[in-house]
Amino acid sequence: MTDIITARNLTKRYGAVEAVADVSFAVAEGEVVCLLGPNGAGKSTTVRILATLTRADGGSAFVAGYDVHTQQRSVRAAIGYVAQSAGTDAYLTGRENLLVQAAAHRLRRSEASHRAAELLDLVGLAHAADRIVRTYSGGMQRRLEIAMGMVHRPRLLFLDEPTTGLDPEARATMWNELTGLAHERTLSILLTTHYLEEADRLADRIVIISHGRVIAEGTPEALKAGLAGDSVSIELAGSPPADMVMAAATVGARAVTLDGNLLRTRVEHGNQALPAILSRLAAAGCQIESASVARPTLDDVYLHHTGRSFTVDDDAARRAAVAG
Amino acid sequence: MTDLLRDHVVLLGRSYRLLRRQPIWLAIMLVQPIVWLLLYSQLFGKLPRLGGFGTSNYLQFLTPGIAILGAFSHGVWEGGGVVQDIERGAIDRFLATPLPPGALLVSRAVQAAITATGQALVIVAVAFPFGARLDGGLPGLVAILIAASLVCVAFAALSHALALLFRRQETMIAVGQFAVLPLMFTSVMLTSAAQMPVWMRRVAGANPVNWAVEAARSAMLGTDWASVIVHLGALAVLVVAMETFALVALGRYQRSL
Repeated sequence: MTDIITARNLTKRYGAVEAVADVSFAVAEGEVVCLLGPNGAGKSTTVRILATLTRADGGSAFVAGYDVHTQQRSVRAAIGYVAQSAGTDAYLTGRENLLVQAAAHRLRRSEASHRAAELLDLVGLAHAADRIVRTYSGGMQRRLEIAMGMVHRPRLLFLDEPTTGLDPEARATMWNELTGLAHERTLSILLTTHYLEEADRLADRIVIISHGRVIAEGTPEALKAGLAGDSVSIELAGSPPADMVMAAATVGARAVTLDGNLLRTRVEHGNQALPAILSRLAAAGCQIESASVARPTLDDVYLHHTGRSFTVDDDAARRAAVAG
Repeated sequence: MTDLLRDHVVLLGRSYRLLRRQPIWLAIMLVQPIVWLLLYSQLFGKLPRLGGFGTSNYLQFLTPGIAILGAFSHGVWEGGGVVQDIERGAIDRFLATPLPPGALLVSRAVQAAITATGQALVIVAVAFPFGARLDGGLPGLVAILIAASLVCVAFAALSHALALLFRRQETMIAVGQFAVLPLMFTSVMLTSAAQMPVWMRRVAGANPVNWAVEAARSAMLGTDWASVIVHLGALAVLVVAMETFALVALGRYQRSL
């Protein structure tokens, strides 16, 4: 598979603010990649560089095989860009917005109207096609904006925070539609978000960005597996002797704690480890009330990585304070 | 070249559709100058007795002035639309398409010119049956329309540049409110140069609104074609300068993204 995006060592600074310090990553054709990070991490700036709206100060990037700095026209023809505020015209209808966007991409009139109808169907706006956008809900507007980004059949779609500002219900609808889009595999998608759940649900691969740098990268599964493992909780009946319980549970586990009758431990592959732990506990004469395994969430991944970088910053600040 | 023309037609089509959805603006654009025409002609009708007006008919004197007032004040407020497009993200949306960036501004300027021309035509037509004779004939009418569109585009381009530099609706309103009245009163729009103190006459000489009024009035009265040509030429140079300024501001905006 060829890469539709390759970004190498991108940097961008606005005055004293270093928005992008060092960002490198690649997106394969047909892949859905999510740039995940807190507000101000440099996600949007990275996307704007790749969409030719902003020039990077340093580094290089190729999108659809074209250099974003020297072949902007070719890049623009190959991509759809949906910004955080994507600029639909409130007093035009959904269909008219699509037709204007199609014309801006130089589609022929007949092709444009065909494509507009097709996309309105795709994003579930056919019933509202000829209403002015001002009357749309936030979720409907966002869906229209995404349709506008796809009007010229781009090979790559940039979605900058596609669900920010939507209520939970609209967000869930949007996720379903984006999953549907991604499923067809004809379109590569680079989306940014600061919602962990969103990245987890939509992305084939996640690139975590913090302070303008890539700090972790991988599939959601791989990122989670890179953590200390699953957490296993076992509730015991009565109060069995602690040393006995600990001895029974400490097999391949990294840490075991017993709090009253609640046993907690972290193990790799909790699903597989749990039966063994339970049978050992049973053999030791413990009665078990309940047991559960929780997979690490992206939340854990995120905190692990950003938490570490924050700590490093704090340490540096403290050292500076001490030295001063 | 045909692509470039098509791109402008696309953007023009967008703004006319938008205008049609808010017909109140269309109504205001047409009714407002007629209200001015009525009020000023009633209020200052006896002014020509003071002398230096080139006609004893104040309505005939006033009509080209109001045509220019409509045109330049329309231009002054043009930047508001650019700020709105920046705020809504429409500018960025178009910048990420193959449309040439300059077309975003040039199409707006063309639309402003069309609007100013239409407005000026209506003003001259409304005033005509009330005695505002068009002594300059058809060439005079054409010159009035050109003056209106040039002054409108010059101020629209300046307004676009300020919109791209400041990106704030409040700033655009403040500039508009500050600019319109002084520019209007330091021109011969309502009264003749003979009635102005010397310092004001000097200011008027450097005031582009005054250039447009001079051109349009000489064309209306059919008296001084040299003045028409010189003033239209000066306005054309100003349009080129302002449009260049606007495109530079657009480049700066793109770099700041």
